[in-house]
Amino acid sequence: MSSRDSESQVFTPRPALPPPPRTVGLAGWARQNLFSSIPNTLLTLLSAYLVWVLVPPVIDWAILSANFFGDSNDACTGEGACWVFIGQRLNFFIYGFYPDPERWRVNTVFILLALALVPQFFPMVPAKVRTWLGVFALTLYPVLAAVLLMGGLFGLPFIETSKWGGLMLTLVLSYVGIVVSLPVGTLLALGRRSGMPIIRTICVLFIELWRGVPLISVLFMASVMLPLFLPDGVNFDKLLRALIGISMFWSAYMAEVVRGGLQGIPKGQYEAAAALGLGYWKATLLVTLPQALKLVIPGIVNTFIALFKDTTLVLIIGLFDILGAVQSAIVDPAWGHVAIEGYVFAALCFWVFCFGMSQYSQGLERKLHTGHKR
Amino acid sequence: MAEPAAPRTPAPWNNPRIRALVFQGLALVLVLWFFWTIFQNTLTNMESRGITTGFGFLDNTAGFGILFSLIPYDEADTYGRTFIVGILNTLLVSGLGIVFATVIGFVLGVARLSNNWLIAKIALVYIEITRNIPPLLMIFFWYFAVLRTLPSPRGSLEFPGAMFLNNRGLYIPWPHPEPGFWVVGVTLIAVLVGAALLLRWSKKRQDETGVRFPAWPVSVLLVIGLPTLVFLLMGSPVTLDRPELKGFNFRGGVQLIPELISLWLALTIYTAAFIGEIVRSGIESVSHGQTEASQALGLSRGKTLRLIIIPQAMRVIIPPLTSEYLNLTKNSSLATAIGYPDLVAVFMGTTLNQTGQAVEIVAMTMAVYLSISLIISLLMNLYNRAVALKER
Repeated sequence: MSSRDSESQVFTPRPALPPPPRTVGLAGWARQNLFSSIPNTLLTLLSAYLVWVLVPPVIDWAILSANFFGDSNDACTGEGACWVFIGQRLNFFIYGFYPDPERWRVNTVFILLALALVPQFFPMVPAKVRTWLGVFALTLYPVLAAVLLMGGLFGLPFIETSKWGGLMLTLVLSYVGIVVSLPVGTLLALGRRSGMPIIRTICVLFIELWRGVPLISVLFMASVMLPLFLPDGVNFDKLLRALIGISMFWSAYMAEVVRGGLQGIPKGQYEAAAALGLGYWKATLLVTLPQALKLVIPGIVNTFIALFKDTTLVLIIGLFDILGAVQSAIVDPAWGHVAIEGYVFAALCFWVFCFGMSQYSQGLERKLHTGHKR
Repeated sequence: MAEPAAPRTPAPWNNPRIRALVFQGLALVLVLWFFWTIFQNTLTNMESRGITTGFGFLDNTAGFGILFSLIPYDEADTYGRTFIVGILNTLLVSGLGIVFATVIGFVLGVARLSNNWLIAKIALVYIEITRNIPPLLMIFFWYFAVLRTLPSPRGSLEFPGAMFLNNRGLYIPWPHPEPGFWVVGVTLIAVLVGAALLLRWSKKRQDETGVRFPAWPVSVLLVIGLPTLVFLLMGSPVTLDRPELKGFNFRGGVQLIPELISLWLALTIYTAAFIGEIVRSGIESVSHGQTEASQALGLSRGKTLRLIIIPQAMRVIIPPLTSEYLNLTKNSSLATAIGYPDLVAVFMGTTLNQTGQAVEIVAMTMAVYLSISLIISLLMNLYNRAVALKER
């Protein structure tokens, strides 16, 4: 108080503050996001240098100095990537050893799958159509695809599974894995939450046993031990053995995902279903399971992605999936050092499928996850 | 006069308790029958193929060499020893992978949330590329496309610190302790225990009296300073064994074979992407109000991060991190594909092929993986219990 009294009462304005730094436009954006403080500026410069060192050589190798056209190793100058190799071997990478005149069958299977699945991504397609297409993809389609690919019926020549390979085999393995593991996993999850102690114990043991061991040992077991388990004279095809191994293994993972969903349903839903007089199966199929599955769609898709990536492991038991096909093609002495091109191509194939699936699941998550996000 | 209606007892086939008993009995019979059939089939099959049973084979001479072993091993050793060698190699590569993937993963997770646009985008691109590519493909890439195409030992790439990289692997110098080194080791352990006690004491005193003691700087100084002093006083009792080119190959130092390096690189790069996402979601799960409250209390940015955000984020991070560690350990079995002698490659591969005793070997291998899984989840659960939300 006293200090104010002693000062003169003349109003002297303070000097005006300088204008605040720009926050709009390119400069403002760069100031906020790249150069907001000294450590931040250093980090930006460091990472920009890193990008500068890494990215241009990669682009140069992959596109600018690369060779795209030609029909043999001679077309490759060796300065950049030799994409000629991929172009020449593309059919092998897609169909494996599937005989040439019968490849239309594989194409038909691919097209049918695309017809059933692509509309699922477009909300403008009526929901009813999408549901029926989904049901078709899960029930009739696998039978149809098996008949078409295997042959031996309706005058189609029989093609042994040892001739299957490449991308086609990868898709067969993952599709069967997905179609089997979802229902089996759901049953296991229901069993694990059942009130019957013996059933629960069986399910818990099954799930924990498969989840505790690596997929490779499961595949080894399927290829080495399964023949020992079967009675004399019964013999499974190598592909079928791998399919059994993959399906059992991923069913256990799927079971845990679905169990998470079942636990996420409020108890009131179970009680309300019981109060309406619904029996166990009706209450499960009509009330709780649909909600639970919807809740864990992201988890289910993540399991699908993991399954898809892990189909590469079958090359260890001697099946030629797309990585196996690439692996056997890059050692061809007719071509130079094309290992990197081969792996990049295989990686790109996997990346497209996995990234697509993960984007789809994230979109669903955003759609289903409304309201309680900051 | 009407009799009061007796409470209706459901017919036996409608009684839930009886039904449950019947279903469980059926399931049990089915499972037992299934295993009994398998057991019988296996016995007859093994008899007809002349495969012996039992664990006697573990004492037989193995007769094959192993590329890389942490314990002394040669062809005259037993199958039992190949089992141990395999377990140790699996543990080595999983341990290396877990440590490095955790460090890189945490950096990635924090970078994803950085205010710096460039850093956040680089982390995003890294994560989206690596987690959508199969780990086996990455292992092949590093092994066949990179490490195997390196020059031979004579043309090795030299790195600072006497490290050499060529198509036979990475050669690094290795310290060899000399007599008297144990004193340094004992000092280090003593100082570590002392520092832990000091930290506890200072926290207790601060809780009781509010008087602070600079426990962290003092203990760091002690842990680094005292062993160094002892080390120098003892006359530096360590010799560095440097790799040197002798003839066609390197001698001395430690050789990390290309199989180990490519497996380690691929597992680290792949798992780090997943850990990064786990860390990011953990940090994002801490409500913004917590940060604001801590700023309102006047805590600095660093303290907010260390005392408020990280302890709460850890609760969300730990359970998925555990399963990521388990995945890495299980993925280390991909070693088989490039010939790194892990448990699956050595024991389930070579030993099984030589002895043919599939049942015993597969059971032993699976038992090892199950135990590793159980031990990792036990340890992480203990830690989880320590950091979990204590509701009162």
